[in-house]
Amino acid sequence: MQQLINWIDQRLPIVKAFEDHMSKYYAPKNFNFLYFFGVLSFVVLANQLLTGVWLTMSYNPSAESAFASVEYIMRDVEYGWLLRYLHSTGASAFFVVVYMHMFRGLMYGSYKKPRELVWIFGMTIYLALMAEAFMGYLLPWGQMSYWGAQVIVNLFGAIPYIGEGLSLWIRGDYLISGITLNRFFALHVVALPIVIIALVVLHVLALHTVGSNNPDGIEIKKNKDENGIPKDGIPFHPFYTVHDMVGIVVFLFVFCAIVFFFPEMGGYFIEKPNFEPANPLKTPDHIAPVWYFTPFYAILRAVPDAFLGVVAMGGAIAVLFVLPWLDRSPVKSMRYKGWLSKIWLVAFVISFCILGYLGVVVSTPERTLLAQILTAVYFAYFLLMPWYTSIEKTKPVPERVTMK
Amino acid sequence: MKKLITALFFVFASTGLFAAGGVSIPMDHIEPDIRDQESLQRGLALFTNYCFACHSMKYARYERAANDLGIPNEIFEENLIFGDAKIGELMSIAMPEDLAKVWFGTAPPDLTLTARLRGPDWLYNYLRGFYADPKRPYGVNNVVFKDVGMPHVLADLQGVCADKPQLGVEPEVDPLSGRIIKSSGCAEFSTEGTLSPEQYDEAIYDLVNFFEYVGEPSRIQSVELGRTVLIFLAFFFIFVYFLNKEYWRDIH
Repeated sequence: MQQLINWIDQRLPIVKAFEDHMSKYYAPKNFNFLYFFGVLSFVVLANQLLTGVWLTMSYNPSAESAFASVEYIMRDVEYGWLLRYLHSTGASAFFVVVYMHMFRGLMYGSYKKPRELVWIFGMTIYLALMAEAFMGYLLPWGQMSYWGAQVIVNLFGAIPYIGEGLSLWIRGDYLISGITLNRFFALHVVALPIVIIALVVLHVLALHTVGSNNPDGIEIKKNKDENGIPKDGIPFHPFYTVHDMVGIVVFLFVFCAIVFFFPEMGGYFIEKPNFEPANPLKTPDHIAPVWYFTPFYAILRAVPDAFLGVVAMGGAIAVLFVLPWLDRSPVKSMRYKGWLSKIWLVAFVISFCILGYLGVVVSTPERTLLAQILTAVYFAYFLLMPWYTSIEKTKPVPERVTMK
Repeated sequence: MKKLITALFFVFASTGLFAAGGVSIPMDHIEPDIRDQESLQRGLALFTNYCFACHSMKYARYERAANDLGIPNEIFEENLIFGDAKIGELMSIAMPEDLAKVWFGTAPPDLTLTARLRGPDWLYNYLRGFYADPKRPYGVNNVVFKDVGMPHVLADLQGVCADKPQLGVEPEVDPLSGRIIKSSGCAEFSTEGTLSPEQYDEAIYDLVNFFEYVGEPSRIQSVELGRTVLIFLAFFFIFVYFLNKEYWRDIH
């Protein structure tokens, strides 16, 4: 065995790679449960890729037979129902873990110098993931697949001058059709997965260059022992591999409970109208995007003007990219930031969740007003950040990490 | 650890917070039981005799239904398959869609997934919601689905209700005589059927139960496999928990 490893290592530096990223990658020892969500994203990504490959073996991307082929998978393919539910639940789980992972970043300032690129790669993954989920949602070719795609692609039509041409170019047709289905299939199963995998590699490489942040927001590399090893660091392998196993098993328990017992999740993971084949002549009573898009959908609807609504929705995502330069605080972690930062983060999280709810339900004048207020809170969290992070009084940051 | 479990639970549970919107009319509630094979068999028989002429079930196969419902293939082929269809085939119908549109105004929808689309309560009330309405082409209307294009095909069983049936009514029993004063359903029939109201409700329950089964035939398998998987994960958790504890013993 050792001989084989040596033989390979002389030709490909596998030992060095393993040491750099696992056994000699020193991670802070004070991670809390929020640090599970990074590795959980890996788990869900692996699940999506594997189940996706097997679903592709039986799925048929044509307007005539896409819907029937999904039911064929559900009924005639051995364990096809399991593959499909793992994939559909996995899509929602992906956003759950990614939202928690991003929240962790906001909590502990993981986007701040020197981790700006880690954050930007992460945000790009999120963007690619939204495109991936959106295109994947068309594939079952149900009513909500069809009309959801119709609504979202039409949004591009609100852009002045180029809008109409742009949405026509995306659809490849004057309305969502089999042509759109085929190109979304190609993008969903080939193009975007490659992009996402490449971005994940960049995200992790950038992270391992600067090292992980931690709940105290302390740079552990500033405190090294005589061997050059951070005093507060522990080798990722075996310490975090065994630690992450615990988080993965707990996650899988919840995940499998949904997959096996509540795969529709009350109509939020698989929407009820999607049990009816796409019908271009019949618009459903109420078109709601899947839950993970609803905060942005609520922002879109909160703005009375169609074009400005699209701008606001795009802006709500774009503003996250510049976050590293909006935070002027001398400290990273919420633990040592002042009250203003804490209040704004809480306000942001609450507004994001309520916007998510408002994006699901039918809009009324009162709800629209509420969505407008919350949209203002959402943007204020970011746009006022340079101000409130620079005037507030921060607590002194300790030299070494704390174990809580 | 506790914190982690609570947090994960919260994250998943929070997505369920957006409870579904209300329905416009009160409805009776049923609990389908897809393990009740006899009920499913009666439901299948009703479906085959009353619905299958116009409604396809084109994503399901005869053989799967026969096996899942415990009906021997030969008996199924003799009694429940019309025409020259083979037992391995999909349950499609011969009625052409364009003609169906002319006859009913809209083509009768495929019913494979109707329980997943509408929900069992909706179906249970809809099938008990027909009443006489001479203004409609087939002489009947429906309280759950107003101006529906479907005739009351089960009229020889239920009869035709003279006026709108009251659904979703809490049954009231006279405490002295024990007589039912108020209950869900039809108050007066303009045409009598062969079944009593109670028998008809039971028949509809069986039919809806069958729709519930056929919407997701893998449900029972899923629950059984799910149990095994969760028990395995629970045991595996004990293992990884102590493994982690052992490794982290000296890290402070």
